[in-house]
Amino acid sequence: MTKIWGKRVFSSSLLDSRFLFLAATVVGVLLTLSIFAFMVMLGLPLFSVHSLTLLLTQAWAPDQGLYGVFPFICGTCAIVSLSLLIAFPLSLGNAILIHLLAPRRLARFLHQVVKMMTGVPTVIYGFVGIFFLVPLVREWFSRGSGMCILSAALLLALLISPTMILVFLESFSAIPATHLRALEALGGTRRQKLLHVILPGARTGIITGLLLALGRALGDTMIALMVAGNATAQPESLLDSVRTLTAHIALVMAADFDSIEFKTIFACGIILYLWTAVLTLSLRCLHFNYAKSSHDQSL
Amino acid sequence: MFWFTFKKESSSFKYAVLLALLSFLCFFNSAAQAESTAAFRGQTGVLRISGGTAHIPVMKEVSKIIMQAYPDIQISIAGGGSGAGIKQVGEGLVDIGNSGRKPTEHEIQKYGLVLHRWAFDGVGVIVHRDNRVQALTKGQLQDIFSGRLRNWQEVGGVDKEITVFTRDEASGTRNVFWKKALAKKVITNKALVVASNGAMKAGVSHNPYAIGYVSIGYLDKSVAAVVLDGVKPSLEAVQKGEYTVVRGLYSNTKGERDGLTKSFIDFLFSQSGREIIAKKGLIPAAR
Repeated sequence: MTKIWGKRVFSSSLLDSRFLFLAATVVGVLLTLSIFAFMVMLGLPLFSVHSLTLLLTQAWAPDQGLYGVFPFICGTCAIVSLSLLIAFPLSLGNAILIHLLAPRRLARFLHQVVKMMTGVPTVIYGFVGIFFLVPLVREWFSRGSGMCILSAALLLALLISPTMILVFLESFSAIPATHLRALEALGGTRRQKLLHVILPGARTGIITGLLLALGRALGDTMIALMVAGNATAQPESLLDSVRTLTAHIALVMAADFDSIEFKTIFACGIILYLWTAVLTLSLRCLHFNYAKSSHDQSL
Repeated sequence: MFWFTFKKESSSFKYAVLLALLSFLCFFNSAAQAESTAAFRGQTGVLRISGGTAHIPVMKEVSKIIMQAYPDIQISIAGGGSGAGIKQVGEGLVDIGNSGRKPTEHEIQKYGLVLHRWAFDGVGVIVHRDNRVQALTKGQLQDIFSGRLRNWQEVGGVDKEITVFTRDEASGTRNVFWKKALAKKVITNKALVVASNGAMKAGVSHNPYAIGYVSIGYLDKSVAAVVLDGVKPSLEAVQKGEYTVVRGLYSNTKGERDGLTKSFIDFLFSQSGREIIAKKGLIPAAR
């Protein structure tokens, strides 16, 4: 009796928890989708007056009736890609150093430092940027104000690196020890271990880390707002000041609700949303196809 | 064990002395301000203020006095700029929404705003302390802000590119500066945009080649105020009517309000209020 009773309880609790998890997933997905729907709904009045293509391609000059966010898209693109370009090799190198090359105590120390860095609020990086990095950049290049794509990208790289390093490390340590031992038994060098076992094995982790970092870089507001200068002009060089989509939202937030300026923040929101979604999905697809094809080859 | 009790006793004694001192100070303070803060007696609750950043120094000082005299009253002050102030008070998110420009007819009607202009404020052009250029004409200023003049050399300075700072479109400071100093001429889209008077001052004081503009209440030794058409922006020049880049500072409420909100606004027009306003570098206005 107790056994049956126990069994029943067990299965029903399993069922319950399954429902619970399902409900959590559904709510999560619905929330994400409804945020998108909400933005489109609030943005509609804008799209009915100004066509979406104009918004995406025009310059920003409210006093001349131009409400395009194209310069901000360029600015976001430039800052995010440059910061990833700087941060990715650094993070990969750092993760390899901690995992494989550094003496154990140094590695542990570095690991702790990286962990601590993930917790630094972005506004602090912004502050350090204004008082330390911006004057340096201004003097180094003796051109422009120092509040530019380069400064923001450097700080953003600092912001996203810890996340990447930790995800990379996680994926490195998930590689089965048997593979590593097999290679050692065959007399493989450390270099071979890295190139032929660790890096290929951690591919998924590396892509995940990149995606997370990309999302963080795209979504960060404070650094760009404080350090990139927020100029509305189309950027032409790395030393030009730019406004990112997120900084634009923060700056225009205070405008009159009914003004067209204010409504452009929904356009920015939609662009950011779709951007992240498309990038995530396409990278996932790419990775899936790659994994499948390499699996087929090995068969 | 004894040590602990002793320690505990001595510290509680200290606390008692401190408390007595504090309450004495409070009493003393409230006695001094009693005349003007009497309206707050017996009131409790939270007063929320947000908006224009030119208002903040006065708002902080006034709330400090009120909260010290009446600890049951809590006053929170946030920035956000004039646009945010008008919007938030209109939406009922705050009790008082400050703006450094007169709310538009549209805004007044839509939200049912009641305006209280309690001070006049000038908007002064600022450059870095080390800048050789400390005087400009309005024509030169307009050319600099439109991006036609790009090098300090062209106005008698060093051979360096000019960095123009401006404020976001919802800023009251930008609004009056654009109307009265720039005569509604265009502002270059290469200008760096900051979101508050404080950020403007920080930006210009850390860049030797920068030019910007702030509320006169924010002028201090960290930046140099530029003489415009022969007049140095100062409290006296504004008072005498010599300096013309001037605007009213408004505290807006949604409809006529009573209680804390009313008392607070009344205080701004009282003798003590006017003294604080003048002390913060603004010109008190009559109701």
